[in-house]
Amino acid sequence: MPPQVTERAYQGRVHQRSRELMSSWMAEIGRAEAERRPTAALMISGNCVELLRACHLLPMFPEVTALQNAIRHKSLPLILKAEQAGYSSDNCAYVKADIGLYLDGGMGPGTPIPFPTITVCNYVGCNVYVKWFEHLADISGSKLFMLDVPFARTDAPTEADVRYVVSQLRELIALGESVSGHKFDIDELREILVDSARAQDGYARCKHLTKHHPAPFDAYFDSINMMGPINVLRGTREAAEFFEEAVEEFEGLVAAKLGPVSEERFRTVIEGPPPYPYYKNFRNLMTRWGSVAVQSTYSTVGGIWEFGFRHDPRRPLESIAEQMLRENLTNRSIVARYAQIRRYVEDWQADALVIHSIKSCRLFSAGQGDMREYFIKELGVPTLLVESDLEDPRYYAEAQIKNRIDAFFEALE
Amino acid sequence: MTVDRILEESRALIATPVGAVARQWKDAHPGGRAVAAYPVWAPAEVIHAAGMLPLSLLGGGTSVELTHADARFQSFVCSVAKSSLELAFQGLVDGVDGFVFSNICDVARNLGSIYQRNFPAVFVEYLHLPQNSTSPSVGPYLAAELRRLAAGFERVFGLTVTEAALTKSIETYNQLRARMRALYAQRIAEPHSVATTELYAVLRAVTLAPPEDSIARLDVLLAGLKDRGGRPRDRLRVVVEGAFCEQPPLGLLEVLEEAGCYVVEDDLLLGWRWFTRDVPVDGDPFERLAVAYVDQAVASSTRHESREHRSAGLIEKVRRARADAVIFMPAKFCEPALFDYVLMKQGLERAGIPHMIVEFEEKMWTFERTRNEIETFVESMLFD
Ligand code: SF4
Ligand code: SF4
Repeated sequence: MPPQVTERAYQGRVHQRSRELMSSWMAEIGRAEAERRPTAALMISGNCVELLRACHLLPMFPEVTALQNAIRHKSLPLILKAEQAGYSSDNCAYVKADIGLYLDGGMGPGTPIPFPTITVCNYVGCNVYVKWFEHLADISGSKLFMLDVPFARTDAPTEADVRYVVSQLRELIALGESVSGHKFDIDELREILVDSARAQDGYARCKHLTKHHPAPFDAYFDSINMMGPINVLRGTREAAEFFEEAVEEFEGLVAAKLGPVSEERFRTVIEGPPPYPYYKNFRNLMTRWGSVAVQSTYSTVGGIWEFGFRHDPRRPLESIAEQMLRENLTNRSIVARYAQIRRYVEDWQADALVIHSIKSCRLFSAGQGDMREYFIKELGVPTLLVESDLEDPRYYAEAQIKNRIDAFFEALE
Repeated sequence: MTVDRILEESRALIATPVGAVARQWKDAHPGGRAVAAYPVWAPAEVIHAAGMLPLSLLGGGTSVELTHADARFQSFVCSVAKSSLELAFQGLVDGVDGFVFSNICDVARNLGSIYQRNFPAVFVEYLHLPQNSTSPSVGPYLAAELRRLAAGFERVFGLTVTEAALTKSIETYNQLRARMRALYAQRIAEPHSVATTELYAVLRAVTLAPPEDSIARLDVLLAGLKDRGGRPRDRLRVVVEGAFCEQPPLGLLEVLEEAGCYVVEDDLLLGWRWFTRDVPVDGDPFERLAVAYVDQAVASSTRHESREHRSAGLIEKVRRARADAVIFMPAKFCEPALFDYVLMKQGLERAGIPHMIVEFEEKMWTFERTRNEIETFVESMLFD
């Protein structure tokens, strides 16, 4: 039986402010067509949103739409629509929900989610991205720009890698200019990168605060409130200020020795994306044991900021390239991720690793059995592996997941 | 040598574990090294130019039981990734000194590093092959990537790839690919002269032998097939698409033909037939190979081509092979094939080309349902 741990009733400013910022960004997208503002679809992982801003292109993120639909329990009908159109039950459900949204008439001309003016595939680690944006460009008729980012496979990015990405960034700038009719100004990009680095600083500071006992927030479930601002709104003044406020709020909680649950009994690192259709359920299964995630890998898909990397306004294009090439989880190998998690376990003093294995996302999950072997056999870190999905509610088996979580924490006690 | 002898040899070779193939070759070439590439494409030329034997790592087929790999890769991962790892756990790749993986999909991407972690003594390289098909910077980038691979061979094996040797290897592989193209052309012209299972055996043997030997074998075969005779039957001419990585069981290929099809084009072992024409041999060979990878490539689900629609290459194949229909044959859980299926299917429908889909797994062993489905499809087309 789990102890009587309750979730502290807190929905602080961070949560509220994040919602406001994200809603206003969505509203901006909704007005884009009427205002004749050019938009660009982009992926979250290791993105170059700053460059789009400097090109005066409004960024759109299909992944965010997909996850919002999942949280609102709207993903299944969309997935089914896509499957009827020929997508396999084994394809990533993020893509299917996005395609389903289009087939359902929720996206396209005259809707709150217009078709993007251009589709910029920042191919950073995820091979499904290439397919997804090929399909999106095909559907929307928008021009597809394939920004090919070599996978991290050497100790540091090679000169050839950086050169290759930078030259593609220059080509993207030229395309952006032709689409927006706005002359690109490198100094404007530098200013955007200053704000970006401020947001990165703030996000990193928040993440270091979870080293405290108790951790002031759950670095898996609550990080989602920060992932919007860091991945989507990075480079705006609002995002930079948001993180400054967040640091302040979390520092207050640290001083008051308050965490997200009434008693922090287990500190975990959680690996893998969350089950968005059952976000709250999954959280409850953890928190009833007094388990708090002190770090998570999912919060670093867009960028790993807590180990010190910042965009450098003095080397704008090169530092954007470096971030895309190396400073994000997605473009690193799964085994490189073991090192990241190990550092989390050690420096954040975690008791256990929880792997949430996602059917949709082979990038994250293919081979997580090996990860479990490594942590249990080579490091002696108690490790739990549960399976479901981030978008498709059909793969979430609550009773089974609950049994495994309960058995795991019971054994940890 | 006769056609039958060649087929027999090829079948024997492909029944041999890749490790044993490597060891046999190394026994005959003391001090030699063997490097195997996971599908789809790898620069066999660079491996060959280092004086090594280029091989393919194509999974365990029907012969290998998973006892280790399924604890590492989940149930929703394709079989070829798991069985390729299993081969290593069971010592069936012992003798192969290095492995090359590339960014064909997220599974292969993860597999490369997991291979290296579990088998630190072997050389593992991961190539990032470009997905940008139009930037002027692609050629120089990929040339640098190929040089990086060559530098790895030098570092680990002490074997140098000189420009002269690479040029020579490109020439050798050009000759080999010309023969493979001729073989495919022969099948298009006279599909009754060579069964797909025969063609496949020969092709697969190419991935397990020095190119010089394969060239000799294909010459005999090509000469022999011309007077093999046989009468064309009333069968549906089909293109098989989607089996570019995991290997379909031979039984499935057999069933296709028994159920009334002539396979006249396919994407089996596509990486070994990557270039549509000879790779130029003047100038910097690394650059030549790199540019050809993008500009002289067959259409492939593992490479993005922004200059044409996803279905264009397939439709071109259908037209060139005078095929009546397409049979999609993706491996179970194979994301690149399953995603492309949708855009390709739409393209075929716009072009009025009939199609059907048959999913497979390398270990599949009963084909009755598939046989029925294909027979129904064939009948609906032939007797319409
Ligand atoms: S495979 Fe994973 S990273 Fe890629 S689109 Fe799907 S959920 Fe996102
Ligand atoms: S069969 Fe498909 S999913 Fe599996 S490794 Fe090959 S390309 Fe990737």
